[in-house]
Amino acid sequence: MLRLPNLIRLLAFAVLIAFLTQPQWFEPLLRPLVQQNAPAIYNQGSLLQLTLLHLRTVAIATAGATVVALALAILVTRPSGAEFLPLSRSLVNIGQTFPPVAVLALAVPIFGFGEKPTLIALFLYGLLPIFENALTGLTTLPPAIMEAARGTGMTGRQRLMKVELPLAMPVILAGIRLSVVISLATATIGSTVAARTLGEVIIAGLQSNNLAFVVQGGLIVAVLAVLIHDGLQAAERRLGSRVGR
Amino acid sequence: MIEIEGITKRYGETTVVKDVSLTIAPRTVTVIVGTSGSGKTTLLRMINRLVEPTSGTIRLDGEDNRTLPGFELRRRIGYAIQGHGLFPHRTVAQNIATVPTLLGWDRARIDAKVAELLTLFQLDPAAFGPRYPHELSGGQQQRVGVARALAAEPKVLLMDEPFGALDPIIRAKAQDDLLAIQKHFETTIVLVTHDMEEAFHLADRIAVMDKGEVVQYATPAEMLVKPATPFVESLIGAGERPFRLLAIETVADAVEPGAAEGEAISSTASQREALSALLWSGRKALPVIGPDGAVIGKVSLEGLAQRAAGPA
Repeated sequence: MLRLPNLIRLLAFAVLIAFLTQPQWFEPLLRPLVQQNAPAIYNQGSLLQLTLLHLRTVAIATAGATVVALALAILVTRPSGAEFLPLSRSLVNIGQTFPPVAVLALAVPIFGFGEKPTLIALFLYGLLPIFENALTGLTTLPPAIMEAARGTGMTGRQRLMKVELPLAMPVILAGIRLSVVISLATATIGSTVAARTLGEVIIAGLQSNNLAFVVQGGLIVAVLAVLIHDGLQAAERRLGSRVGR
Repeated sequence: MIEIEGITKRYGETTVVKDVSLTIAPRTVTVIVGTSGSGKTTLLRMINRLVEPTSGTIRLDGEDNRTLPGFELRRRIGYAIQGHGLFPHRTVAQNIATVPTLLGWDRARIDAKVAELLTLFQLDPAAFGPRYPHELSGGQQQRVGVARALAAEPKVLLMDEPFGALDPIIRAKAQDDLLAIQKHFETTIVLVTHDMEEAFHLADRIAVMDKGEVVQYATPAEMLVKPATPFVESLIGAGERPFRLLAIETVADAVEPGAAEGEAISSTASQREALSALLWSGRKALPVIGPDGAVIGKVSLEGLAQRAAGPA
């Protein structure tokens, strides 16, 4: 049952867990990257704890972006909300065009250092992919199916919950996946304003000219992104085959 | 009984349906035919208010169809469309159960109804109920689409080119099945098509639409003998008229006393089939057998020729 790609994913996951719980095992591998006497393994905090905090930040920001973007997409695809489509589009586009670093710079004076500015930046940055995908998913449903849904006497709400959302779900999930992957990478810059993310490891490496820190911080984020991306994609495919898309 | 009275539908400047009045008798099959853009689908969709008319009224069993909210009205009227419109994320059983579920029937009653309909449409409930629509053939999907439309036992079934996507052999079978089911449930069926063959095969009455107006509303036989306008005549097809006339009557109506040689034909077959058998076998007459298998007379080439002749 276990084909090669899945075997590689499983292996990557096992190595990641091992690295987060027992980083000293990997010290010989990273040793060549650092100068004499410098530590090869991040020593200013627990890697596992930073990873969990990183994931938490991404999860909260994406959850918020999903709720808002999906609600907006549903609103503007109803007959009564159609006039808000251009406005909503502009709003989420601004969210995307505004660089997260700039959002951080603007948010810190208001909310102070820590997790909040990072959450705001990730939230704004994550809106667009989810909104656009949800919009595509909800506006490209097969006309015969929509006609049948009305013809069987479903109310607008029943059509949305029982037909439109389930059928659009694979496309919506793809938007969430994109958003999550972008946020996983972008969250690292949150550490410039003292959010506790894996960015801490990378920044510490840059400040002390420690290549091993930069590499381990970067690799953990990269492996997380790849694994979460693949996991969500598998979920989409499963749903997609069900709805025949 | 469906009474359509002075129904007009305008989109901006264009009038799609123009002052149409029809009375459709209960437990009959009425076929609305016309070219594309004749307004036939719009007329159909105004019966269950998927389209709201600009003016005029439609009454179902004497009750204005605007007394109920649209969605409640549609739960009481079956609706089957071309390309079936099955929900791809729901199983066959769930699809058929759509309207009963909306109406809040209890589980046992829904399950019984789904099984009954699947059996009626020659689909094994245990095998097909749990499948998804994309695992079915086109003909099977179409049957499930009609089964879904009939699930809440509607008195009226609206069908918009329901057989349009089927190949000719499956289509003929589906049409015969529909007639059998119509007899079984005594449903009033209004069906839209552009296929005259289908119209003559299924209809008790045919309404011909042209540019938003009903130009003739008559039984198939009347329409063949007295087409109201040149348009109706061209729709019927001048070359097809004698054959269509024979096709709508059974051999039983053409039986003559006497005996004939060779293979017999059933009295329930159409006269067109009898003519075909006569021509093919090169005989002048065929023996006719009744439903019990006994010979009840003959049908002759001459007799059929007379019946196929139009009014002088």
